[in-house]
Amino acid sequence: MALDTVTTAAAQPDLVQPWQELGLKEDEYARIKEILGRRPTSSELAMYSVMWSEHCSYKSSKVHLKQFGEKAPHSDALLVGIGENAGVVDIGQGYAVTFKIESHNHPSFIEPYQGAATGVGGIVRDILTMGARPIAIMDPLRFGPADAPDTRRVLPGIVAGVGGYGNCLGLPNIGGEVVFDASYAGNPLVNALCVGVMRHEDIKLATAHGTGNLVVLFGAKTGGDGIGGVSVLASETFASGKAAKRPAVQVGDPFAEKVLIECSLEIFAEDLVVGIQDLGGAGLSCATSELASAGSGGMSIQLEKVPLRDPSLSPEEILMSESQERMCAIIEPAKLARFMKICRKWEVTATVIGEVTEGKNLEITFNGELIVDVPPRTVAHDGPVYNRPIAKPAYFATLTPTALPKIESADEIKSELLALISSPNIADKSWVTDQYDRYVQGNSVLSQPEDSGMIRIDESTNLGVAISTDANARWSYLDPYNGAKLALLESCRNIATTGAKPLAVTNCLNFGSPEDPGVMWQFAETVRGLADICLEMGLPVTGGNVSFYNQTGTVAILPTPVIGTLGVIQDVTSRTRMGFPAADLMVMQIGNTSDNFSGSEWAHLHGQMGDSAPTPDVPAEMRLIDLLLEGQPLFESAHDLSDGGLAAALTEATLRNGIGATIALPAQFIPGGVAAGLFAETPGRVLITVHPANAEALSALASKYEIPLHQLGSTGGSDLMINEAAIPLEQLRKAHTETLPRLFG
Amino acid sequence: MRVGVVTFPGSLDDSSALRAIRVAGGIPVPLFHASDDLKEVQAVVLPGGFSYGDYLRCGAISRFAPIMSSIIIAAEHGFPVLGICNGFQILCESHLLPGALTRNQGLHFVCTDQPLIVENNSTPWTSGYTKGDRLVIPIKNGEGSFQASTETLAELESEGRIVLRYTESNPNGSKNDIAGITNARGNVVGVMPHPEQAIESLTGPSEDGLTFFTSILHSMVGR
Repeated sequence: MALDTVTTAAAQPDLVQPWQELGLKEDEYARIKEILGRRPTSSELAMYSVMWSEHCSYKSSKVHLKQFGEKAPHSDALLVGIGENAGVVDIGQGYAVTFKIESHNHPSFIEPYQGAATGVGGIVRDILTMGARPIAIMDPLRFGPADAPDTRRVLPGIVAGVGGYGNCLGLPNIGGEVVFDASYAGNPLVNALCVGVMRHEDIKLATAHGTGNLVVLFGAKTGGDGIGGVSVLASETFASGKAAKRPAVQVGDPFAEKVLIECSLEIFAEDLVVGIQDLGGAGLSCATSELASAGSGGMSIQLEKVPLRDPSLSPEEILMSESQERMCAIIEPAKLARFMKICRKWEVTATVIGEVTEGKNLEITFNGELIVDVPPRTVAHDGPVYNRPIAKPAYFATLTPTALPKIESADEIKSELLALISSPNIADKSWVTDQYDRYVQGNSVLSQPEDSGMIRIDESTNLGVAISTDANARWSYLDPYNGAKLALLESCRNIATTGAKPLAVTNCLNFGSPEDPGVMWQFAETVRGLADICLEMGLPVTGGNVSFYNQTGTVAILPTPVIGTLGVIQDVTSRTRMGFPAADLMVMQIGNTSDNFSGSEWAHLHGQMGDSAPTPDVPAEMRLIDLLLEGQPLFESAHDLSDGGLAAALTEATLRNGIGATIALPAQFIPGGVAAGLFAETPGRVLITVHPANAEALSALASKYEIPLHQLGSTGGSDLMINEAAIPLEQLRKAHTETLPRLFG
Repeated sequence: MRVGVVTFPGSLDDSSALRAIRVAGGIPVPLFHASDDLKEVQAVVLPGGFSYGDYLRCGAISRFAPIMSSIIIAAEHGFPVLGICNGFQILCESHLLPGALTRNQGLHFVCTDQPLIVENNSTPWTSGYTKGDRLVIPIKNGEGSFQASTETLAELESEGRIVLRYTESNPNGSKNDIAGITNARGNVVGVMPHPEQAIESLTGPSEDGLTFFTSILHSMVGR
């Protein structure tokens, strides 16, 4: 096997290289040659091809994402912004919190269990890399129709994968979403969020500086998994004698990651690293080029020192391998012995593979032969940027208003409500969430199905954080600009409903192909909406992730921007829960209902989409958040009204503690009548209960913030009674809880 | 009163067990698997988790940790040991307790607030309960189905060595609804539910689990 060295590359300038098979465009390949002043070696070609891929380089989204910088609100809370492994915010008392959400959609379609598991593993390492102890995870999931054969294939595997990996790491899974829609058939979405906490002074960055400092690879050994398209290179360059093509999906070992977490935290506690980066997508190529690029640039790596699981790997494959549970640290030589001792304690393999140099290039040798000699910035940051064509999609011309039945009689109320709350999207998700450990670490104050997850950060002061992830993809389909705003507003409302103040935002933008101008228009509008509302509300975007190419043939998924909001709560013991806690409380709705059913679950149940998303009233929503925070001591319970409207919220609130309610929806006072009262998903609304003694105070507060307040009825009894319709809670529970077990066993 | 909690590679509920001991009023002492030093603790908790990733069988590798050789000898001389979840599995693999924990009947990991009945309050870990007490404590495991031979089950029943039993529903197919057992001497207790996750209503479904930790402190004082 002849190595393709820098010398060979210079000597054989005309060698035909498989740049096309590696996914590079002709002009991109030409650009690489221009940067290097020669053809790339096969190893360099591998590095550029993977680092310049859509996934790593954000080449189609960059021109839009820069709005997050241009429109960034001033925020004292932001300690580390976009560009690092994850953003960091100040939550007070010397604590910093880092959180981020990422997609692992395509691998999870191919191999559901491992795809989902390594999705969790990857985001947890991103958080760990910032110097933080990971403290919780969440997983927004989207699938094709619940009864579709492929959903039965992917869902149990994905859920088991999220659980299998997260449970084994000892991270409470405190929320997420499970949504079914035909557009996700063949394109399930697996998004994973992780949150971590550290002291301000412990923040770590991905940077390599200090000539003579050592590059140390630690964690799992490197194998042939996750090499994907780069195996083209191996077969092209080295004709024979190779093992069969390896799986493109990575295989996770959560035990190795758990040990790596404990080992890393002990290393951080003793301040033994200059910089640190995890190995995720694009493996060593990404870690070395990003570390070097964020430092002075010079780094030398001896690739043969990388410990291998499979000794037959070629240098190109070692560079590309996405084997999981690996980290790369920059360490001062004087601290190496202590570093190695901690690694030995946790039985973690650690190897010095190179050092920071005075030069400007990343130089990688294999058994003494130079196979990579590149300016690292050109690999990590100077990838191609595309301003792809955008065009408003043709489907807008075909949208029609909803035409839904009028609901009046007790029988109509009962049958429509039971049909809705047993539909897969609204039905109880315990079948999924009971496979996740929500208790581990002993700090989970709230978890699914509460409005947001909440974690206690400090046992002595009761400081805590709340997190919620939300998206309404049908609204984004009808109006991506406002859809993004509405998703963010719902997420913030979920945070405020539990008593926490929204502080910062992350996002995972799941879309179809960027080469489709219609999809690109949806994306551009989404980013514009999100950047605008974050500026308006003063919420910093701390980072995010873009997943394109979620489409089958020419049919893209619904545009699905998943928004994760982090909130802070000074005293977690004051949190508000969503279930009715007792009888004889007043049930009230904050906010007005309108009669737009477009994009609602009820319309979806009737096979309709509608024609327009609601227009968000951002100032009113901001006043609502203030009202929720100030009014919190008055609330006995609070539950955001969103998917499934009041019908779903009442079902969840009554079933939580088995306390019924009597509700009056006078048709003449609600635009759209009882149907809208129960099923419309008008934003800006919250269902609360208060003691009658507190009603006056609440009313005064609502006037102060100019937010409408409506009394709906009172709690008590063993029925959910709506106008003349009496639904026994047992019947309601059966309808709500039996759907998922019936579908998935 | 010093109570130790062993951290194996992959232990997860060790920090919660240490907290429970502290909340109960004891001195929590972290112990590490690789040392055989029990650091003068007067009782020890083997916490939940996935020690060694549950590789081979749950608890099968941890059973050979240096700390376990000290614990096994001490336990045979009456030293109080509580195994929770993975800790229970380790106690079975160590033959300090009979039977085995196998995959849940439904083949899924199950995390739920589980109703339980206290069957035996004569162990140092359950002395604060009254026989027949109904508790709600989380279970969270993939391999919690207790299995033993007919003779062993008969022996456990006749000797009153079943400490906790599932009630209302059996979440995992355990024989005789068994959620926890003790050895003949009564000093070694293994339970699948997680009492350390039910010590405060803020973060757990109840405070029913705290009595495990106050019981051991009272039992040791009474010695």
